[in-house]
Amino acid sequence: MSTKKDVQENAPVKKKSQLADVWTRLCRNKTALIGLAIVVILVLIGILSPVIFDYDTQVIKADYSSTLQWPSAQHWFGTDELGRDIFIRTMYATFTSISIGVTTVAIALVFGLIFGSSAAYFGGKVDMIIMRIMDIFLAIPGTLLAICIVASLGNSIRNLVIAEAIATIPRFSRVVRGAVITVRDAEYVEAARAIGAKDASIIFHDVLPNSLAPIIVQTTLEVATIILSIAGLSFIGLGIPAPQPEWGAMLSSARAYIRDYSYMCMFPGLAIMITILALNLLGDGLRDALDPRLR
Amino acid sequence: MIKFIIKRLIALIPVLLGVTLLVFFILDLAPGDPAKTILGEQARPEDIIALREQMGLDDPFFVRYGRYMVGLLHGDLGTSYKTGDPVGEEIGARMPDTALLAVAATIISVLLALPLGVIAAIKQNTLFDGISMFISLLGISIPVFWLGLLLILFFSVKLGWFPVSGADQGIKSLALPAIALGFQHMAAIARTTRSSMLETIRQDYIRTVRAKGLPEREVITQHALRNALIPTTTIIGLQIGSMLGGAVLTESVFAWPGIGRYMVQSIQGRDIPSVMGCIIVFAITFALVNLAVDVIYGFIDPRIKAQYK
Repeated sequence: MSTKKDVQENAPVKKKSQLADVWTRLCRNKTALIGLAIVVILVLIGILSPVIFDYDTQVIKADYSSTLQWPSAQHWFGTDELGRDIFIRTMYATFTSISIGVTTVAIALVFGLIFGSSAAYFGGKVDMIIMRIMDIFLAIPGTLLAICIVASLGNSIRNLVIAEAIATIPRFSRVVRGAVITVRDAEYVEAARAIGAKDASIIFHDVLPNSLAPIIVQTTLEVATIILSIAGLSFIGLGIPAPQPEWGAMLSSARAYIRDYSYMCMFPGLAIMITILALNLLGDGLRDALDPRLR
Repeated sequence: MIKFIIKRLIALIPVLLGVTLLVFFILDLAPGDPAKTILGEQARPEDIIALREQMGLDDPFFVRYGRYMVGLLHGDLGTSYKTGDPVGEEIGARMPDTALLAVAATIISVLLALPLGVIAAIKQNTLFDGISMFISLLGISIPVFWLGLLLILFFSVKLGWFPVSGADQGIKSLALPAIALGFQHMAAIARTTRSSMLETIRQDYIRTVRAKGLPEREVITQHALRNALIPTTTIIGLQIGSMLGGAVLTESVFAWPGIGRYMVQSIQGRDIPSVMGCIIVFAITFALVNLAVDVIYGFIDPRIKAQYK
């Protein structure tokens, strides 16, 4: 006759998935949760802004009857030199920054995964050639490389994405290579080779899923880096072309009015700071949650 | 050690060749006719053709690149389309200002970061640790150009303590741009110092000196900090490199007459040789700073020094 204790011992152990483990660890980190909450809010603002605000009449249209008005109940963040509502433009710029940041990171990630995993998995000459080329790109500070590309191609959203992606690919490649190297000689990879799996299949099914932790962290932090870099480029006139709202470009035009209308400099800057802070908090939290050894 | 430096210098050659090729290629894609830029929109077509021929603009890409490289090896970075002056001279005239800004910003970032990092480590998991790391996180999150604007607003416009822009009032002009640039780079140094200190103060030899009864202050300053500073040195060196990117924005905000501002003005004026010159000078500086960091690393860590003997 089986006792209650035996039943408990023989019961199948309910295994928690790895994702649930990561989520539990992330939930224990208050600052990471704050970061996550802010990122979710920003993404919602980014998604909803183009729906709520009419681009032609509310976002870019000048209204010369209400230029340079200080924050009020009617215009929460005040109005700019063309009478446009800074609150609406700051909200809409969330869509601009986040969409460009995410698109750029997605492109850079795809190429970074291809280059980094190929370099690490194949090693030898493939590794040497890929990483030496990446070294050349890394020899130029990222912001300068992006400036160089935009200066040459001209400033448009497409060129900005190309410039930022090119400047980001080498950083991703290096992280992916580092992550893949740690698992490429693991027994399960050897087992996959032994049963005749193709290289591409091993890389995508066995190697990459097991080296995702540093790549996810890098992805979060790179979105922050790119948003900051785009704002910087826009600030010096090389980023998002007018009249589309972008935080850096808004600060650039506010600069001329700093003496008498200082409020114009506040809100776009705060928006950048909150976004980067949130992404960094989330990135740091993810790093701790994905790899507790790094704590 | 000398063997190591020579080895690293040799390894630098293909990277720098690659950098020049990459930058030359990217800027070669720029639309517009340099001959027209120099002669102006009203120039006669025959004059434009003559100048294109004189400048060798119709030659194949690698011929033009080869010519540029020969010039570069002789210290010639080309001629500005706008002013007609040698780019090397233009950059050389602005180099001291950029170097001064970078050095001042580095000093500020180190002076802020070391105490923050060390105290955060020795008071780990306390309120002070949290505040220190939050300040350093702010450093990463505040865009340098916004911090620059805020500093101008409060210290120049409201209080009138510092000039709004330019470099003609000596240290008063330098203070705000150096603080803006330094604060941004303080974050990475503070975080590295903290984690490095945390690792060091858990080492056996630190436990030993504590057991010997040495005062905690001496344990930290004489034994822990010296060893913890090794990774910090690397990050300081790397920060100097990335400061070059930040200098472009900082110099633009404060109208600081350095290479960064010159580069932005050159981009706006489509002055491609000047832009190329600036980026190549920045890339070479970045590479040399990284090399210097490696060498210094060897000097301060006897274990690394021993590897090169």
